[in-house]
Amino acid sequence: MANLNDFAKARTAQIALRVRPMGIWLRRGRLETLIELLIRLSGVSTIVIVGLIFLFLLREGLPAFLDIPLRQLFGSRWYPIEGFYGIWPLLVGSLVVTAGAIVIAVPLGLTTAVYLGEIAPVWQREILKPLIEVLAGIPSIVLGFLGWVALAPIIQSLGAPTGLTALTGSLILAYMALPTIISISEDALYAVPKEYRDGALAIGATQWQTIWRVVLPAARSGLAMAVMLGIGRAIGETMAVMMVTGNAAFIPDLGLDLPLHPVRTMTATIAAEMGEVAQGSLHYNVLFGIGIVLFVVTFAINLVAGRLVGSVVRRRGGQL
Amino acid sequence: MIETDDKARRGTAWIAALLAALLALAALTGCASRTAGDTARGAARAIQNKGSDTLVNVALAWAEAYQKVAPDVAIAVTGGGSGTGIAALINGTVDIANASREIKSDEIAAARAQGIEPVEFVVAIDALAIIVNHHNPVDRLTLPQLADIFTGRITNWKEVGGRDAPIVLVSRESNSGTHVYFLEEVVRLGDPNNRDIFAAHTLMMPSSVGITSEVSRNPNAIGYDGLGYVTAEEKVIAVARDASSPYVLPAVETAADGSYPLARNLFMYTAGQPSDEIAAYLDWIRGPEGQAIVKALGFVPVTEN
Repeated sequence: MANLNDFAKARTAQIALRVRPMGIWLRRGRLETLIELLIRLSGVSTIVIVGLIFLFLLREGLPAFLDIPLRQLFGSRWYPIEGFYGIWPLLVGSLVVTAGAIVIAVPLGLTTAVYLGEIAPVWQREILKPLIEVLAGIPSIVLGFLGWVALAPIIQSLGAPTGLTALTGSLILAYMALPTIISISEDALYAVPKEYRDGALAIGATQWQTIWRVVLPAARSGLAMAVMLGIGRAIGETMAVMMVTGNAAFIPDLGLDLPLHPVRTMTATIAAEMGEVAQGSLHYNVLFGIGIVLFVVTFAINLVAGRLVGSVVRRRGGQL
Repeated sequence: MIETDDKARRGTAWIAALLAALLALAALTGCASRTAGDTARGAARAIQNKGSDTLVNVALAWAEAYQKVAPDVAIAVTGGGSGTGIAALINGTVDIANASREIKSDEIAAARAQGIEPVEFVVAIDALAIIVNHHNPVDRLTLPQLADIFTGRITNWKEVGGRDAPIVLVSRESNSGTHVYFLEEVVRLGDPNNRDIFAAHTLMMPSSVGITSEVSRNPNAIGYDGLGYVTAEEKVIAVARDASSPYVLPAVETAADGSYPLARNLFMYTAGQPSDEIAAYLDWIRGPEGQAIVKALGFVPVTEN
């Protein structure tokens, strides 16, 4: 502890030394240029870092696409210790779990936001809003544990052969995405000018008509953003999903019971297997290859959603 | 309205910031005091020990007991799976890798490419138990039946004398040495030319506890685990080599005399011939004190085989 204090003192002295001469040296104009430069740098650095990450992913993952025939890479069997590198079941697993989470979380999240923003009396808002923000703070591994201990037995009692299924994962992910969706949607609704509501009510619209026809369309781009961020949180989640989906890499038949099968997601596969591989081996490259696929899928979803929102804005004459 | 909301938000942010600061402070003091303690004890050498989850409890018990024998040697034990441990040995991040299977030829090649010659030590013997739920009427299976079950050729319990219910397969992840041992000795029945693998719908659990807890709550599940991990919550299956052999339950005695068909060696690997503290530690592990701990934790001592 003494060491730490000494270190802190020394560090403060260093900083003081460095700052004082700078204050003399810099005139106001130069300071502003410097600050501008720093802000620009921090803005550009985000893009540079994303670029570097992508380059790194490509460098480590591309050999997988070059060394393994595409037919095999998108085959239906994943068993890397015997050279089966079919990532199709993993892709399907991720999509099923995420789609399930969206189906559950989006309606629930949007309606909660509408209730909070438009209908609930102030005292209820003041209780509910902080509670929802607390939800966002629950670590995902705790939710995973909860899913494993409490949710899985319930799913199993519904008649599934095991409680570790895609549905269990979807429920946990939905719960995880909900606070994001609710908070941001509620902000979006809040940003709709009060005049819109007043106007609608004044020409005789009911509260429901006001919400459905005026407030929701006006807040559309914000709501879409809320959903996107929620989905973003869901598709990238790893540990909680790994605990509750059973991690069986097989493709369930299409049908009503689809969510009641165990699945293995891309993220869980990377997390479970990254520790075991020797660096530079084919298996290592394939895991990075999965990272590329995940990146591309997420990017595509963002792009499509961005387009959708954009086209809605244009169709409405830019008037939101 | 906007003001109150903003104020409330700023309030929450302040509390969050305060909490974070407190946490950071707590973490810092924790670290500082720990380093101080270590230097006070004068730890001359830290041995990094990683790998098999089957071995991790024994390895922890060894490390703990060895503190009394050699107080100046600190041993850090982590699990993660045999493959994880061997990969760490190859990547040069651990001194001793624990494994519940033998090192594979491609792993030896990868190690040599890094200038590392893995050296093997047998440190314990483990009986691999086949476990099912207590509500499952099945209590005995032959190895060929187990192979059919885990490759997905048998999918219903009634085919092996149980109820009419689907079989739920539970396995460790493929980075587990137990997984590889099970693949070679049960799924492939010890035949090196057999290329069978686990059925695709096998649940892959990241830990031993994952297997035991799924089996203990799912009446249709079947899994495998080191005997040291099996609790009263699961039912152990008696295994026979084939239909005409006797069915034997796993135990220290049956694993030691070879009558239980699924007994295997547990290993420690070092990078090159070990020296100094590591050599002394491995000698102690394989000596009477270390092997007494092996027995106390439900594994079979090397000396009894």
